[in-house]
Amino acid sequence: MESAKARDRLNSVIIHAILVIFSIIMIVPFAWMILTALKTNQEAISVSPFYIFPHNGWHWENFATVWKSYNFLILYKNTLLMIFFRVLCACLTATMAGYAFGRLKFPGKNALFSLVLIQMMVPSQIFIIPQYLMVSSLGMLNTMFGLVFPGIVTAFGTYLLKTGYQGLPRDLEEAAAIDGCNIGQQFLRIMMPLTRSSMVSLGIFTAVFAFKDLMWPMIVCSQATTTTLSAALAKMQGQYSSDYPAMMAAAALAVLPMVIIYIIFQKQFVEGIATSGGKL
Amino acid sequence: MKEKKGMTKAEKNTAMWAYLFVAPTMIGLIVLNFYPIFNTIYQAFCKTGDFGKGNTFVGFANFQSLIVGNNSSEFWQSLLNTVKYAIIEVPFSIVIALVLAVFLNRKKMHGVTVYRTIFFLPMVCAPAAVAMVWKWLYNQQFGLINNLFGTSIAWISNPSIAWISVGIIGVWSIIGYNMVLFISGLQEIPGDYYEAAEIDGATGIRQFFSITIPLLSPTTFFIVQTRIIGALTVFDLMFMVMDKTNQALPKVQSVVYVFYTYAFTNGNKGMGAAVVCLLLIFILIITLILQSCEKKFVFYN
Repeated sequence: MESAKARDRLNSVIIHAILVIFSIIMIVPFAWMILTALKTNQEAISVSPFYIFPHNGWHWENFATVWKSYNFLILYKNTLLMIFFRVLCACLTATMAGYAFGRLKFPGKNALFSLVLIQMMVPSQIFIIPQYLMVSSLGMLNTMFGLVFPGIVTAFGTYLLKTGYQGLPRDLEEAAAIDGCNIGQQFLRIMMPLTRSSMVSLGIFTAVFAFKDLMWPMIVCSQATTTTLSAALAKMQGQYSSDYPAMMAAAALAVLPMVIIYIIFQKQFVEGIATSGGKL
Repeated sequence: MKEKKGMTKAEKNTAMWAYLFVAPTMIGLIVLNFYPIFNTIYQAFCKTGDFGKGNTFVGFANFQSLIVGNNSSEFWQSLLNTVKYAIIEVPFSIVIALVLAVFLNRKKMHGVTVYRTIFFLPMVCAPAAVAMVWKWLYNQQFGLINNLFGTSIAWISNPSIAWISVGIIGVWSIIGYNMVLFISGLQEIPGDYYEAAEIDGATGIRQFFSITIPLLSPTTFFIVQTRIIGALTVFDLMFMVMDKTNQALPKVQSVVYVFYTYAFTNGNKGMGAAVVCLLLIFILIITLILQSCEKKFVFYN
């Protein structure tokens, strides 16, 4: 009995040691980003001695300089608005379609739903050239509409919400129908509020992937005033590749808002992203 | 609308509502996704004029150039690069994630939330920023890695190791996501299996191989499938880490990187469309192979 306990304790020490090592590997890049951002460029490229921590004070002003010279206010605004509109469009269209596919009977349902599934199986790069040409011929390059365009509808979200609606108890609509609600009222008053958790998952999923997207904003919004954080970083890297503290400050400014929101709502984030991924 | 006989008034009413509800999504999918699929395939057979206008039909010329002609060495190399990237990213990220998930799923485990939050962190970060940071870590002269280990390895400009360095970033980025998927898979395995095994005196490692691995196989298969497709369409990391001037670029760039260069940097939409069509065919073949493996290796109760 005693030896079994001792073995358990040893196991758990080894396991925690492995987990801590991996945690360090995960955190070091972030820590190095912040530490570099707080140095002067001379410190950052000093090799002997090699500085881990800033040597001559912590240069928080690097953030302010980068903020101003790259106009982060506009980048934040563009990114936030793009995320807002994409989440709004995705939730609105997907909840309606998901309800119809999950709860209603209608001719052609399977055929229409197979279109949804096909869209999910095809690599998204195949849509990009025609989508770009459409935005371009509408004269909508470098606009918010252009940024939001591919995210107006979502096959994945439709699938996710369909699963959500199918999981609701059978007799809900019947009770509502007896009370004299038509289908629109049943949907709005009873069914939609019950799939709130699927909607939150879809919202977080959409927001995070819109935030991470690089190729689309680079293509449709090439100007510094109309683009998003990700695409702006790609541009900066080309222009200022030797000012390491500035680049790391820019990278930190680009990831920090999402990281902070994630740490506050980590449970919802992990569940939203992973469980919606897991249902695919 | 000509309805089938036998539809009652209520059924017609329901169908009307249903069409109303699916209309925005279906119209959107047709305009944004289905028209583009056919348009991309059409463009793959065209030579693009200036400003993306004035397509002239050229038959299989683009495909010929990619498969056997002028662009063939670049295209086949990029396909090989992509497969090599997948060979690093997929197995390593999955095996490490599985081990971490099993650890975090232990009974009476402390600190699960903290570990999970840390491992999942790269998932909410823009790959553009992540790649910038890693590029700086890999810097040959001033980078943390070389200075820490006293080496001077050209991590991302030596063609023979750069693909591994980029693969490592990919693994680092995706471990947490795979881990969380594994944890939810593990939680679906009934606890009685382990209790029975414990009574029979099976050790932890024995339990892992004879209970966890087979019962987790649907989750594992799902992760393998999504990771393979994800790895085959990798772009962001490569684009940010590998400059146009990097001498290792031809040995690292992925198919999607080549697609981007053709279609948007060089403005040759036709050639870009042909690349993405070939990628689609490749992915469909891989998907079919995976589907046939599913029956063999996946254990559904």
